[in-house]
Amino acid sequence: MATVAGAPTTAPAQTAPPGGRGLTGRAKAERKLGLMLSMPAVAVMVLVAGFPIIYAFWLSLHRADLRFPALDRWIGLDNYISVLGSNAWWTAVFNTVIITFFSVVLELVLGLLIAEAMYRALYARTWIRVAVLVPYGAVTVVSAFAWSLAFNPATGFATQWLGLSTPPLTTRAGSFVVIILADVWKTTPFISLLMLGALALVPEDLYKAAKVDGATAMQRFWRITLPLIKPALMVAVLFRVLDAFRIYDAVYIITNGANNTTSVSLLGYQVLINRLDLGLGSAIAVLIFFSVCLIAVFFFRFLGASPQRR
Amino acid sequence: MTENTPTRKTLWVVAAIGVLVYALFPVAWIISLSLKTPASIGDGSFLPTHATLSNYTAAFDSDFFPPALRNSIGIALITTVLALVFASAAAYAITRLEFPGKTAILAGALAVTMFPAISIVGGLYNVWRNVGLYDSWPGLFLPYLSFSLPLCIYILSAFFREIPWDLEKAAQMDGATPMQAFRRVILPLAMPGVFTAGILAFIAAWNDFLFANVLTTSNAARTAPVAMAYFTGASQFQQPAGAIAAGAVVVTVPILIMVLIFQRRIVSGLTAGAVKG
Repeated sequence: MATVAGAPTTAPAQTAPPGGRGLTGRAKAERKLGLMLSMPAVAVMVLVAGFPIIYAFWLSLHRADLRFPALDRWIGLDNYISVLGSNAWWTAVFNTVIITFFSVVLELVLGLLIAEAMYRALYARTWIRVAVLVPYGAVTVVSAFAWSLAFNPATGFATQWLGLSTPPLTTRAGSFVVIILADVWKTTPFISLLMLGALALVPEDLYKAAKVDGATAMQRFWRITLPLIKPALMVAVLFRVLDAFRIYDAVYIITNGANNTTSVSLLGYQVLINRLDLGLGSAIAVLIFFSVCLIAVFFFRFLGASPQRR
Repeated sequence: MTENTPTRKTLWVVAAIGVLVYALFPVAWIISLSLKTPASIGDGSFLPTHATLSNYTAAFDSDFFPPALRNSIGIALITTVLALVFASAAAYAITRLEFPGKTAILAGALAVTMFPAISIVGGLYNVWRNVGLYDSWPGLFLPYLSFSLPLCIYILSAFFREIPWDLEKAAQMDGATPMQAFRRVILPLAMPGVFTAGILAFIAAWNDFLFANVLTTSNAARTAPVAMAYFTGASQFQQPAGAIAAGAVVVTVPILIMVLIFQRRIVSGLTAGAVKG
């Protein structure tokens, strides 16, 4: 009842007087206020996210090369045909999938371990939590520089410490390793904090009961912990997969595409900004957009991830 | 599971130390690198033999790093304030009022958080150049709203749902005016959520590299993460790694301070924004 009760105070535009009017009048005023309060946010999102996507789609159907503005014209799907027929695109897709897969798998394993360690920590819990937030807060570019400077023999220690004969950043596989390490280091805390929240919700009694029944630690993890934290885990994985698939900063800083490590976002950037080919670049941008949509739908449908609130 | 035998205790202590090393090692490394002299940068050691602050003076003496730092701070703050204003109104409406389309707004906000930045930056690049927003503060804080606004809407909706709104009515029954009830009862309850959302929005804006790399070109709006990439070309006679490391430390310090002071809020915001419900 009386859902409007809290409204008048924050609402300069509130029109319904307290009590008095019929429900319909009230409901109408509430509806009007709700729309008035949320419309600015919606308008901003449409302006800064919705419109640019539609514009990118429009551009992708045109020849729109900033170096030859006179040649701008509608060319239908030609840009898509060029992109999908190019090696550069498919190599970038392959690179991005490799980075995404290994990053997310490593983050999951490491994230769960860290969450468990934080959950069971006996001393200095707050300090451990603060420490784990450091990579989360560190700027991606800083993380990328830290790892690439460490693995560069001219500036770092890692090649020497690990006794590597070839510096990793001179090979494709090595470059992937450094990119993935930088990404994993920065984003694992996100997963572990989400997992920490989920772990706290697993009733301790379940473990005790399972232990009485003779379940090993492994069995308890697979049969109790994992099923119970699965919903939170799936959401975390979804967010991370989408994030890793868009990877740009770390690749730009660490290799800038050298050693055949260009990601799809970096490829889009190169075509859009370095080559100033807005049409072709927008086709790449739109393809990335749809890939991300597909990944999200896949997670919602088949893996049961649902970040929808309540 | 919880009886703590000495072995188990040691195990968890070791694990905790492992977590600390994992989290802090790269930061320790970049600090250490930033203190090295140009001559010793290539010596392959982790710690500097002679600590020097010359890299910091080099970073701050450069003509592009201090302005970039100013731009980063200003743009991230404006982004945060704008996102909070728009998101508070929307989140209040979504949690407290009945109106058509509120689930669509939440779903839309969620969809927008998944938009790849690269997909919207090309169009913005073209439009911004034509309307004079290219290489300007608004040219960056407007796109930053594309991720900070939905983030804030999500976090604030989650927080606002937990507020016992009936207290407001109770206060009014006790004779408080609606304004008093709002200021004395609801505002203190809502502030932690607003604060949390603000911190996360600030960190997200502070972190951006792609938008800033595409949409800026000079000291007028270039942000610190992009400026760090420019150290490479800045000094041709000495290894720029030291200056880069110094810049990296400077960029990280404000976040470290925020993490230290607000760690509890950050954790609650992360979990509220991503999984809760």
